[in-house]
Amino acid sequence: MTYKNPPTTPRKSATFDDYTLSEIRRAAATGIYDIRGAGAKRKLPHFDDLLFLGASISRYPLEGYRERCDTSVVLGSRHAKKPIELKIPITIAGMSFGSLSGPAKEALGRGASLSGTSTTTGDGGMTEEERGHSKTLVYQYLPSRYGMNPRDLRRADAIEVVVGQGAKPGGGGMLLGQKISDRVAEMRTLPKGIDQRSASRHPDWTGPDDLEIKILELREITDWEKPIYVKVGGARPYYDTALAVKAGADVVVVDGMQGGTAATQEVFIENVGQPTLACIRPAVQALQDLGMHRKVQLIVSGGIRNGADVAKALALGVDAVSIGTAALVALGDNDPRWEAEYNALGTTAGAYDDWHEGRDPAGITTQDPELMKRVDPIAAGRRLANYLKVMTLEAQTIARACGKNSLHNLEPEDLVALTIEAAAMAGVPLAGTNWIPGKNGF
Amino acid sequence: MPATKLSKVAQDQASRVFDLDVSSLRELNQALHNLTPGSNETAWEVLHPKGSHSVAVGVDQPVTIDVRGSVGYYCAGMNDGATITVHGSAGPGVGENMMSGSIVIKGDASQYAGATGRGGLLVIEGNASSRCGISMKGIDIVVHGNIGHMSAFMAQSGNLVVLGDAGDALGDSIYEARLFVRGKVESLGADCIAKEMRAEHIDLLQGLLDRAGVTGVKPSEFKRYGSARTLYNFNIDNADAY
Repeated sequence: MTYKNPPTTPRKSATFDDYTLSEIRRAAATGIYDIRGAGAKRKLPHFDDLLFLGASISRYPLEGYRERCDTSVVLGSRHAKKPIELKIPITIAGMSFGSLSGPAKEALGRGASLSGTSTTTGDGGMTEEERGHSKTLVYQYLPSRYGMNPRDLRRADAIEVVVGQGAKPGGGGMLLGQKISDRVAEMRTLPKGIDQRSASRHPDWTGPDDLEIKILELREITDWEKPIYVKVGGARPYYDTALAVKAGADVVVVDGMQGGTAATQEVFIENVGQPTLACIRPAVQALQDLGMHRKVQLIVSGGIRNGADVAKALALGVDAVSIGTAALVALGDNDPRWEAEYNALGTTAGAYDDWHEGRDPAGITTQDPELMKRVDPIAAGRRLANYLKVMTLEAQTIARACGKNSLHNLEPEDLVALTIEAAAMAGVPLAGTNWIPGKNGF
Repeated sequence: MPATKLSKVAQDQASRVFDLDVSSLRELNQALHNLTPGSNETAWEVLHPKGSHSVAVGVDQPVTIDVRGSVGYYCAGMNDGATITVHGSAGPGVGENMMSGSIVIKGDASQYAGATGRGGLLVIEGNASSRCGISMKGIDIVVHGNIGHMSAFMAQSGNLVVLGDAGDALGDSIYEARLFVRGKVESLGADCIAKEMRAEHIDLLQGLLDRAGVTGVKPSEFKRYGSARTLYNFNIDNADAY
């Protein structure tokens, strides 16, 4: 019997993993960077790395289902004559008509209205579908100014000046020609079928001093009625929050890198910006240092999935959260029922992110008249409302267990972290210790 | 308009003359927004603007407003139907996002004049600074003097007429807007090229000059510039142009 040398198991590189190799091949074959939708997919420190302590001898819980736990929130009380009052602290983030189909926008409006919360326009102007079906509609004021007009400004319930978004702080947009239908082209004042570039900077202001004057103009046009939000990507949350407050914002929206986009370079999404968890405490600290915490409201978005995430964000000092990707999933995005069609597109349910290509089997990120028929706005709106209800109940369950009669009474002292990274980012102790990395000289 | 909200001077002058030394900017804009289609208060005068920002913004009735002096940022922003004349110079963003109507600046205009404008006519009798007509979406702009760099950046539609010279990178990343320059162009931006002046462009330009009250200048003295349309669909081999 001849002795055969035992073979080594083939080993793949952790650095050059399968995905990386496929991306090198794709780039070499096509000569163009990968563009996709959604937010950062890499593993990041997140809310999963935090735990609530719950009640104990020193803290007594509230009775579930019996004792009230308030979920309402008022946004825009600083300067606006007509602040927004929401029943739940979970809003729907800005997503454009153009990027999303008309029925999808309508469904978002229906679901949000059923739940007593707001929805938001996007980089494409306001549609009748969403205005008509959204009790509370936030109108985005974007660098491209696609569809911007004073009439819609006045029929909005709030105005969100978008400086950046978490998926691409500092980046503009691109809506590929196949999604530029006649209607989208008309709303954006551009020829049909061309690839539309969205600017990354506002055309008529740069810097915090100009922003203050721009906000004054928007307030004057709307007679100081509407709350004005300023939305920033999770880049420099402390200074961006402080500067937005200085510029006169009623509400600051901070969007972490897990926040989705309709279309941006993969390299941008995965390598620019900070995780949502890392953005919250600096933003809250800025408000506290200025004496404006709870006077200027803070909304955080990017990777909010369930009531625990909502409760954790609020415990860290946030006034409300915003959801985009999760709302699309509730409408039916990436549903396994379309698996055969996802496979035909070279992907699988749960991984589909070529939202810019307009071929979404679920009929959500498309302008194809046949595909968009797959979204029943009434049924999809109902699903979104159900999902929002579950998230709210989950957050209340946790808050009651922590002895809080309002979600907004949750506090950092209710939390511990599972990892040193999360402890440092959230500013709460590592579980089982009293160590908060970075505090008290350690 | 509830008279109790107005200062004494505004009341005395039946809210046609607003002295910003006495009344506030808020009172002025609120009074203008309170106008209804049937209002007979069709002629307004604003005194002592002294560089105030957001003078006469969001007006949506066909009234005339004469501003006696220079203004700050965003004067006549989002104008929709009014005829607004600034008897002085204007700060950044004059007439930004105008929908309709007309705006005349007797002096010079700062950066971003007519930014994202969708309709109406903006006339600048002096010079305009950088980024004039940036991202314009249907507005017509006529500048008697010169314009600064990066003007008509990403200009989508409408017409920009310049009787003097244009600065660097004119019409960078331009879409379907038409640019007419009588003087020298320092340089053209990405995807902007000189184009033939055909009969229809001569007619169009003559109409614009007439509307802007320009006399003694012939359309044939201008050159036309517009999009080469090579950046309309992304192509990696054009990456150097971006």
